[in-house]
Amino acid sequence: MSVPVLSAHNIGKSYGSGANRFDALKGVSLDIQAGESVAIVGKSGSGKSTLMHLLALLDDPDSGSLLVEGTDARKLKGKEVNRLRNQDFGFVFQQFFLTANATVLDNVVLPLKIAGVPPRERKARGMAALEQLELADKAKNKAINLSGGQKQRAVIARALVNNPKVIFADEPTGNLDTATGAVVEDILFALNKDKGITLIIVTHDIELAARCDRQIFIRDGLEDTTESGASRKRHAGAHAGAHA
Amino acid sequence: MKFIDIVKTAIANSFRSKLRTGLTVIAIFIGAFTLTITSGIGTGVTSYIDTQVSAIGAADVLTVSKAADSTSSTTDGPAAYDPSKATTVSLGNGSRPGTTIQALTARDLTKIEKTSGILGVDPSVRVTPDYIEYDGKGKFEIIVNATATLTKADLAAGSQLSNASTADQILLPTTYLKNLGFPSAKAAVGRTVSIGITDYTGAQQTVKATVVGVQNETILGVGAGLNQTLTDTLHAIEVTGAPAGATDSYATATAHFDVTSTPAEITAIKDDLTKQGYASQTVADQIGSFQTVINVIIGVLNAFAVIALIAAGFGIINTLLMSVQERTREIGLMKAMGMNGGRVYTLFSTEAVFIGFLGSALGALAAVGVGSLVSNILADGVFSALPGLQVVQFAPSSIAIIIGVVMLIAFLAGTLPARAAARQNPIDALRYE
Ligand SMILES: Nc1ncnc2c1ncn2[C@@H]1O[C@H](COP(=O)(O)OP(=O)(O)OP(=O)(O)O)[C@@H](O)[C@H]1O
Ligand SMILES: [Mg+2]
Repeated sequence: MSVPVLSAHNIGKSYGSGANRFDALKGVSLDIQAGESVAIVGKSGSGKSTLMHLLALLDDPDSGSLLVEGTDARKLKGKEVNRLRNQDFGFVFQQFFLTANATVLDNVVLPLKIAGVPPRERKARGMAALEQLELADKAKNKAINLSGGQKQRAVIARALVNNPKVIFADEPTGNLDTATGAVVEDILFALNKDKGITLIIVTHDIELAARCDRQIFIRDGLEDTTESGASRKRHAGAHAGAHA
Repeated sequence: MKFIDIVKTAIANSFRSKLRTGLTVIAIFIGAFTLTITSGIGTGVTSYIDTQVSAIGAADVLTVSKAADSTSSTTDGPAAYDPSKATTVSLGNGSRPGTTIQALTARDLTKIEKTSGILGVDPSVRVTPDYIEYDGKGKFEIIVNATATLTKADLAAGSQLSNASTADQILLPTTYLKNLGFPSAKAAVGRTVSIGITDYTGAQQTVKATVVGVQNETILGVGAGLNQTLTDTLHAIEVTGAPAGATDSYATATAHFDVTSTPAEITAIKDDLTKQGYASQTVADQIGSFQTVINVIIGVLNAFAVIALIAAGFGIINTLLMSVQERTREIGLMKAMGMNGGRVYTLFSTEAVFIGFLGSALGALAAVGVGSLVSNILADGVFSALPGLQVVQFAPSSIAIIIGVVMLIAFLAGTLPARAAARQNPIDALRYE
């Protein structure tokens, strides 16, 4: 078996200190293989976003260890972490985090600008990403003037503009109506299938979770193995059924 | 992120909150404007003085006088009478009216001459001729410029006075030409004028002198310049018929030393004279004390400007802290997308430096405009009697220094907010509501 892209061993995270201390994540282990699509499912406040931020190297775990392609994340230098965040990871945040008064194109090419890509190439790649998400006609609009679905697509365009290996999506359809949500889902799974981009999707939408290869259930900061195990069995069963 | 992108982004960011940036820019503008104007006045006045005394002549001359007498100090009461000491200053010795200066006597002159390093000493005499006349075209009052032999004149035509010459030479100011009947400065050079002077007995005599040059009016003394020979001739007439002993004391004397003397040697000569009870000054010392006064005035004005700039620095800190606060999310997002802390820091300091540049460049530009305008108006009006005086003059180098210093202050002011921005943790920043 190949080295997992991301491998977490018993990672935990707490917020605050003393009486206010709150253990948001109490020890979760998981392996994510390249090209997989994984859903992180759970109730609100269960620690899904916290887990995703740790996997995406946006935050440091208090306990346990995290391996990125076999290397301990703690041993990575600041520069390498920045390179990973910039080149290998794409983020779709729960809130969109678009710069309201900048154009859609400027928002989308931000990772390229940070990477130091020259303006001409930035524009070409930004437009290509927007075309992929059928937003090319809105490129010159201010981000604030987009509809919710358009904003979500702009955010996805920004996540994939740098051709990442992994896309982290926190509630990518949470703000959308069913129809638009379905469009966004299709886009994400198409990227997974066509370009082999690893998908890590945080959601509490059971249907979206079901479309992923694998589901990880989180409850009160711990993996709910009975649910996860059941889903694995269902998954295996579905495959077996298909082959029969 | 490429540096050019950082600069562009920083500039765009500073224009996002136009009012806030605008107010900060005004604060810097005021400081930079004041600094530029004061430095312009400094440059203008200094360069005027420099042309007035350009290539200071007589670098080998000390003006010597008796040091202020300590025997008449208030606590000790009056000093015992010393008949050998000349306490009152008599005729033709260059004293100012109403002042009592310890006079130099013939004995003092010998003492000064014997001082090592001194090659010769001449008592300074001030002559007061009655009139000047050219070609019978009318008699006009004449004022003698006492410093003429010590400085090089700012010439309009002709040449400098020669103290070595045995001819009686005179240097006319431009303002005398019209009344005396010369059509131009050039026309006056080489002509002979008559000078009328009254001797001790009250009889008027005339002396012929050659006009060697015409000089622009100067701030270091107005009036006509006379060479040593002419001064001596006139003085000789003034004291004709005076009782013996009435004329052998002088307020000051001019001592010559070797022109190749080093500053240390000159200081040694001055110290030696001080020990013997004489005060001495080179021409450079005299001009230096004049410039010191101007420098002090400019220094005070500069201090006000710097205070304004320091206040503006706090304006920058405030402006940037607010924008760091406002843009916490954006900073978090950029860091989450792999922007390193150093770049975030550079982004915010660049914004500070840009605000500093904007304020100082506008301030300096406005100062140059206003200063040149006022200077031209003054040159044609109040200062029209002083040709060549541009009160405010701008040296490109000092303007560049002012802009540079303001940008440095802005950078320093920006460090605090920029550090706050650079240290943000992406996730904390993104969670910030
Ligand atoms: N910075 C913080 N300080 C204190 N507590 C925090 C902080 N961030 C998260 N928490 C707490 O940790 C728990 C997990 O938060 P998290 O954001 O991971 O939940 P979630 O599963 O993503 O929920 P949702 O589905 O509502 O987004 C929550 O109870 C939350 O209140
Ligand atoms: Mg969440």
